[in-house]
Amino acid sequence: MNAIKPHPYMANSVPELQQQMLESIGVEKIDDLFVQIPKDHRVTRPIDLPPRLSEYELRRHMVGMLSKNQTTETNLNFLGAGCWQHHVPAAVDEVVRRNEWLTSIFGEPSSDHGRNQAWFEFCSQLGELLDMDLVGLPVRSWGMAAGLALRMAARQTSRHEVTIVRAVDPERLSVIRNYCEPPEMENHIAVRLVEFDPSSGKIKLDDLRAAVSEQTAAIYFEVPSYFGVIEDQAQEIAEIAHAAGAMVVVGVDPISMGVLEAPINYGADIVVGTIQTLGVHMHAGGGTGGFIASRDEERFASEYPTLFISIAETIEPGEYGFGLGLFHQSSYGLRDKGNDWTGHSVYMWAIAGAAYMAMMGPRGFEEVGTQILQRAHYAAQRISEIEGLKIGFPDGFFKEFVVNFDGTSRSVAQVNDALRDEGIFGGKDLSAEFPELGQSALYSVTEIHTHDDIERLCSALKKVISK
Amino acid sequence: MNQHIKSLQSPGHQQSNQKPKEIHAPVWNEPVILEMGYPGRRGLVLAEVEPEISARVPETDALVPQSMRRATPPALPEMTEPEVLYHYLRLSQQTLGMMSMSIFGTCTMKYNPQINEAMAWRPEVTELHPLQHEDTMQGALEIVHRMDLVLRELSGMDQFVFQAGGGADAAYTSAVVIRAYHASRGELEQRNEIITTIQTHPSSAATAAAAGFKVITLMLDENGYPSLDALKAAVSNRTAALMVNNPDDMGVYNPEMKEWVRIVHEAGGLCFYDSANFNGVMSKLRAREMGFDACMFMLHKTFGAPKSGVGGPACGAYGCTKELARFLPKPIVVKQGDHYHLDYDRPESVGKLREFWGNFPVIVKAYAWTRAMGAEGISQAADISVLANNYMEKGLLAIRGITRSHPDAKTPRIDMTRYSLQQMKEETGVDVHDVQNRMTDFGLDALWTSHEPWLIPEPFTPEAGEMYGKEALDRWIAVMAQISDEAYSNPEHVKTSPHNQSVHRLKPGYTDKPDSRAMTWRGFKRKHA
Repeated sequence: MNAIKPHPYMANSVPELQQQMLESIGVEKIDDLFVQIPKDHRVTRPIDLPPRLSEYELRRHMVGMLSKNQTTETNLNFLGAGCWQHHVPAAVDEVVRRNEWLTSIFGEPSSDHGRNQAWFEFCSQLGELLDMDLVGLPVRSWGMAAGLALRMAARQTSRHEVTIVRAVDPERLSVIRNYCEPPEMENHIAVRLVEFDPSSGKIKLDDLRAAVSEQTAAIYFEVPSYFGVIEDQAQEIAEIAHAAGAMVVVGVDPISMGVLEAPINYGADIVVGTIQTLGVHMHAGGGTGGFIASRDEERFASEYPTLFISIAETIEPGEYGFGLGLFHQSSYGLRDKGNDWTGHSVYMWAIAGAAYMAMMGPRGFEEVGTQILQRAHYAAQRISEIEGLKIGFPDGFFKEFVVNFDGTSRSVAQVNDALRDEGIFGGKDLSAEFPELGQSALYSVTEIHTHDDIERLCSALKKVISK
Repeated sequence: MNQHIKSLQSPGHQQSNQKPKEIHAPVWNEPVILEMGYPGRRGLVLAEVEPEISARVPETDALVPQSMRRATPPALPEMTEPEVLYHYLRLSQQTLGMMSMSIFGTCTMKYNPQINEAMAWRPEVTELHPLQHEDTMQGALEIVHRMDLVLRELSGMDQFVFQAGGGADAAYTSAVVIRAYHASRGELEQRNEIITTIQTHPSSAATAAAAGFKVITLMLDENGYPSLDALKAAVSNRTAALMVNNPDDMGVYNPEMKEWVRIVHEAGGLCFYDSANFNGVMSKLRAREMGFDACMFMLHKTFGAPKSGVGGPACGAYGCTKELARFLPKPIVVKQGDHYHLDYDRPESVGKLREFWGNFPVIVKAYAWTRAMGAEGISQAADISVLANNYMEKGLLAIRGITRSHPDAKTPRIDMTRYSLQQMKEETGVDVHDVQNRMTDFGLDALWTSHEPWLIPEPFTPEAGEMYGKEALDRWIAVMAQISDEAYSNPEHVKTSPHNQSVHRLKPGYTDKPDSRAMTWRGFKRKHA
């Protein structure tokens, strides 16, 4: 028996209790309970880890390391590209940190009623933003949502090719590829890329028409695109897909839904996107999460890999509860015969999203969308006035836009290094991912960026490119 | 002690001479939030746009092409901040979860230390952008690297990556790495089969299938694990890999696993160890020393980070040998002198399984847990969890109507045991779902049954873990004994339970049938108008 100090996390670390339990079982020592494990399976040497810390020591140790981070709170941040800095209301943080649901497991509908209701309210409010009746519980990221939605489309159409507009986040595209390819696998889905117009950033419709055929399971595009562009040919894209018997999968950032049309109204069959912008901090990327939504039709519902939460009547007349729906078709229900797979995801962020959407309401979404547009366009205009700088796709963007530095003697990397010295995190460097854009960076401006912030960025940009 | 004080009993304490007491859950009758609020109310109001901005940039109309403007505002509730806050606080109160005791099998319910939450909610974590320059994230990358070293020590693997957002996601990572390995050898088309066992977590089978592999599932023999002959019959030159846990979801340890690994390797396959049930064997064995090529840890369970309703945010740490590391998703955190570097320059990498480089807050919590435990603490946790499981087994098997799976497998189970209530059902009509519901009347989180398919009827699988004290385990056993008594004396009382919970049982089948199920409020209104 271990003779070390009882541990604050382990009630039975008191040796006396262990002795009582051993006596009750009728074995002499704990190791006798491990007889299943053959000697030659055991560790060849004991585990060697840094020493145990008290809570105070642990705090010192952790804070010591964490203080080496520079945050977007003390620096002015213009990075977006899949993870965005928006204001997270304090009330949302209070809600999401509650131990009751933070530490829970499935539970029963009657005993974990409140958490199930909160999940249902997330799906329900997102359904209102998207104008769609069927919303699954979240998946781990936008890219994963897109990958799984394209697999749904492939199963539904029995086709094995998807067409994707190249103006997509390369990280997300890589995730999608890992869900669809490689070609050696039976039933793989071929990913076909369609170019964007170099002047507008929008999809080239003729190229799209040429790429779509009776092999195409789905077209996937995003509004706004990776470059921030609002694709206003959405309806035509949907028509091209539907004429070929393909489905339309659209990716959106739901914080835009107060000002941008819900994709179902321009022809989307399945909508995916992020949930991080709905009241979730960036958490160094840990705030990432995705959703899948559609009409509530059997042909869609039967293909979802996600879990669902359904409202339901209880056995008490007039009373409602909430329980998992269509569990049986998931990988929990059918293992390898289920729809792809599910498991731990980001459901706490669903609760954050539920509180966020309720706090925002219809007016809040309209206001935040409008402000983002105004502030982003103001920033783009002011940047474009700086000699040597150009806005890549100046018309019709939402919160992100491309800044081109080819008219300066500086690379994006050099500019960003110099901006960092000014306490500014410049936009994401696109030069390696999209060489045809030259030395370009993707800037993200949201409701948190004030006039003074934008002016500070512009002054710093002027300074660093003239060096 | 006077009689009054003696009869006091907190939910966590069980005295042998008393019946366990019931609890009362809050009943707030909280409406669905879309029914709440009043037009015009606001929960968050933004600052006015500065005149310098509004003077230059008009409002939305000119900024969004007409065809893309939202025509009808979303029908969201209009509420004040306190209305939203208290609504969700009331809902949190109607969530039993771990408030008394939850020993949900295979999920390793353990204490989620508050210090870890406090660290993970500091702005140096929440307000980091994942694409910040690495110079501005040295603290974050140091924590990731240190966690990598801890997991290497526990598993014997050479490199971990934290990109996967959960255990199933890490299993998918494994399947994708397996693809890349065989593709690099030109054998992927031929090696299209993955072997697993029926008591390995469903996500291993499911992710292998989603990655395009044919899945061969081995069934158990009377010892509680598949026979070597079954494995030998399944292995061939089509074998891409073995994906398996050990101990399995019934607490049975396969003592022939080293031989399994040898056989699969000999046939040219890889071996992936799903450390889902690692809690009972922490510090007892290393996957690499067993011969495995890769393994996966769930930081949101084994390492003390919260499960959040089987929902996450979670993190599946996937580790592998040097030989496989070149295929890992990128980036990898590497230490170069005193500097921590995000290495994207990995030409053979499979790329991304999830955007960015990992679920950092979960890594913070998990790393903090390993430091609060130390090697001795981790070893002790494994000991205590196995002791607790076997202690509970003695108590539970003394209860009428409860039997243990695989009675021929006599050796002690590891971190959990699979039981059956079939006898109780036959004799009283009370089934495992009835017992789940009745337990919640005592404040206990419902027992876990089993993954699908149920190999034994009316299964249940408690995993005691290391957090709960003997008196708490005693109370769990006493509640089961009480419910058994009720089943044999007044089965209706169990079958109509719960009696003290926030709401009653759902109508059977309601959440699945197309005409009744509704996954959103608008869907509900449409179907049930």
